[in-house]
Amino acid sequence: MTLLAIDNLSIALPKGADRDLAVKDVSLTLDKGEILCIVGESGSGKSMAANALMGLLPEGVTPVGGTIMFEGRDLLKLSERDMLALRGHDISMIFQEPLSALNPLMRIGDQIAEVFEAHDILTPPERRKRALALLHEVGLPDPATTIRAYPFQLSGGQRQRVVIAMALALEPKILIADEPTTALDVTTQAQILDLIEDLRRNHGMAVLFITHDFGVVADIADRIIVMQSGEVVESGDADDVLLNPTTAYTRALLDAIPRLSLHDGVETDAAADPILRVRDLSMTFRTRTSGIFAKPRVVRAVQNATFDLHRGETVGIVGESGSGKSTLGRCLVRLLTPDEGVVEFGGQDISRIRGAKLRQHRRRIQMVFQDPYSSLNPRARIGTILTDGLIAYGSDRASARRRAEELLTLVGLDPSAMARFPHEFSGGQRQRVGIARALALDPEVIVADEAVSALDVSIQAQVLDLLADLKDRLNLSMIFITHDLRVAAQVCDRILVMKTGEIVESGPSAQVLGAPQTAYTQSLLDAIPGKAHEAALAAQKDARTQTRV
Amino acid sequence: MKEFWSRFSRNRGAVIGVVILAVVIACAIAAPILFPQSPWSMVQRPFLPPFEMEGLPLGTDAVGRDVLSGLLHGARVSLLVGLVSTAVALVIGIPIGALAGYYGGLVDDALMRFTEFFQTIPSFALAIVLLAIFQPTLAYVILAIAIVSWPPVARLVRGEVLSLRNREFVEAATLSGQGDLRIIARQVLPNALPPIIVLASLMVATAILLESALSFLGLGDPNVMSWGYMIGAARTVLRTAWWLSFIPGIAILLTVLALNLIGEGLNDALNPRLRVRTT
Repeated sequence: MTLLAIDNLSIALPKGADRDLAVKDVSLTLDKGEILCIVGESGSGKSMAANALMGLLPEGVTPVGGTIMFEGRDLLKLSERDMLALRGHDISMIFQEPLSALNPLMRIGDQIAEVFEAHDILTPPERRKRALALLHEVGLPDPATTIRAYPFQLSGGQRQRVVIAMALALEPKILIADEPTTALDVTTQAQILDLIEDLRRNHGMAVLFITHDFGVVADIADRIIVMQSGEVVESGDADDVLLNPTTAYTRALLDAIPRLSLHDGVETDAAADPILRVRDLSMTFRTRTSGIFAKPRVVRAVQNATFDLHRGETVGIVGESGSGKSTLGRCLVRLLTPDEGVVEFGGQDISRIRGAKLRQHRRRIQMVFQDPYSSLNPRARIGTILTDGLIAYGSDRASARRRAEELLTLVGLDPSAMARFPHEFSGGQRQRVGIARALALDPEVIVADEAVSALDVSIQAQVLDLLADLKDRLNLSMIFITHDLRVAAQVCDRILVMKTGEIVESGPSAQVLGAPQTAYTQSLLDAIPGKAHEAALAAQKDARTQTRV
Repeated sequence: MKEFWSRFSRNRGAVIGVVILAVVIACAIAAPILFPQSPWSMVQRPFLPPFEMEGLPLGTDAVGRDVLSGLLHGARVSLLVGLVSTAVALVIGIPIGALAGYYGGLVDDALMRFTEFFQTIPSFALAIVLLAIFQPTLAYVILAIAIVSWPPVARLVRGEVLSLRNREFVEAATLSGQGDLRIIARQVLPNALPPIIVLASLMVATAILLESALSFLGLGDPNVMSWGYMIGAARTVLRTAWWLSFIPGIAILLTVLALNLIGEGLNDALNPRLRVRTT
């Protein structure tokens, strides 16, 4: 039974945008109790379509054609008053970033009760009872306590559960989920996907699921719509689209998904001196809380980390967020000074050096950052960003600029980029600039902290290839920090698994990911989305080879 | 720049502000050309009301000085005091705020307690005390106003730097071996500029008011004609010749209003969140 029908919807962008229409002639139907996934890269217009449905388009963006029919009414023609009654009651939405979707100064219970209040139903005690029941239903531990908690006291996954509870409060017929798991860990992501699946089954809700991750799609979709620059390029049942894509674009997106492929790493000479030798490194954060007598909050971010990095090797550090992997990386490049332990770089302990000595050392180990938006100074031209470091180390301006041009060519950008500002580039191009900056000082070791996490899958693959290529050509050693085991499997020779500050498992990547020794590593592996799809693909391949035989 | 102006001019109040300010600046520049004679010299009988005599459109004051000449020469003093004292306040406030925000810890504590020391004393009272100690020359008036108005700059800059110093591009600059001062000057401060510009435009307005108030109390430089002095000198004859206080009062009102409108327009034009909405 068709619940919602979008017919030839077009949405115009304001003048001066990179294209005229955010969404062009999009048609789709959503049935009761089905999960429809809209997939596409960033900028493909997938979120715009959902926002139009909720009447939440940004200023200046207007629908110019088509209809959105829901229960016999065209949502595009409804007054704001009617939309208010509809939102939450019939259609509700969950967002990517659960922290910003919740009011930081309001208790969880009150926020859920507010949903009832807004629609003026139930008495206050009943609202509270329903809130408790909802928290129970979305699987929050100890709902009686959680109902009194503030958002900052909950983890990312728990917050997303609260947001889902709010969305479910009035038993909507349609749930729109806009990248609901993108900001979460793999393990948490798997749990949230299970939850959405359960809710769909128990309530017969229709779910419009927007994502860029084909792994997630393969796990939960009934039907799939693939969008590219505002247009639907492919649609159909999940199995059809995933196993027999008809357009080149879908095939390219599917091919770009990192797979958990195990390969033997580069054999390194264990007897040779490692370039980086880390022994018993510990880092503890103490935060002053208010009040003199309150105990300071102590977080043991890294405890007794011990490992070696050999020349030409890539060591991956994997783990959930909060496992201390980024802190470890920051201690290695000395953005942080570790509390205890030794970091030997080329035989010299660098964990305590400071001042001029530290500045001289810095050029030997550089970092590639996660966020291509905040890692480049928005007010500096690319040329300045690349030459600042060289000039600080005493190069003259002319030779620094020549070097910067070489670097841009090296990372696959045109040297004319020198005169432009970061905001003129896409995420992937910015990340290339970030890599060029890290290479500017001819480092021996690169620490890549979630360097591809913020990028679309197809761009992700390109940047990973670039890193691998540069590593070989420039004989670099690399520490690769990531939460994505598929990426780690692809690029790392050895892997360290971190959990709450400790390294719980380490070894060659094929061994750690192929035959994990700890339950924790196994749980990380199990949570990788899209495994069923991989199995299906393998089966398809087998079937083909058999028929050929 | 063109884009900035189109955003700025979308705020009609700000454009009006620019027009008023341009008129005031033109008056200040034209004053010695239109009125080469000293504004202190007597030209006619006292208490001549406005529009009564050709050549003296705003009449004369209690000792027969030309009010229009005083008004135009006063514009020079007001603008000079406003701009220079704001510049001095920025020179004191920006480094203190930047160092406190960037280094944190003890440095932050020390510098912020020092700033609070100035903030706990009512600024006007402090300015009066300073001028009572110094000689009342224009330079000291400017210095006194600067000393009482830098603390908000320091606090604002500290807040901005605090939120910028942990950004990844600042960390990247640290890793590329740039020194702390270089990072503050080249990476952090340029990004903290928009709110500082807005604050500065409003500080010019406050400084003009402060100077007028000081001159009104007789603490200004007795050798320069200023709007505050004109009001102060005319206060005893408020009932018989009200226009003598009213005319310079309007001049102060318009100038301060113009600067506030400009400040608001700058805020709209430089605010990145509003920018996202318009592009």
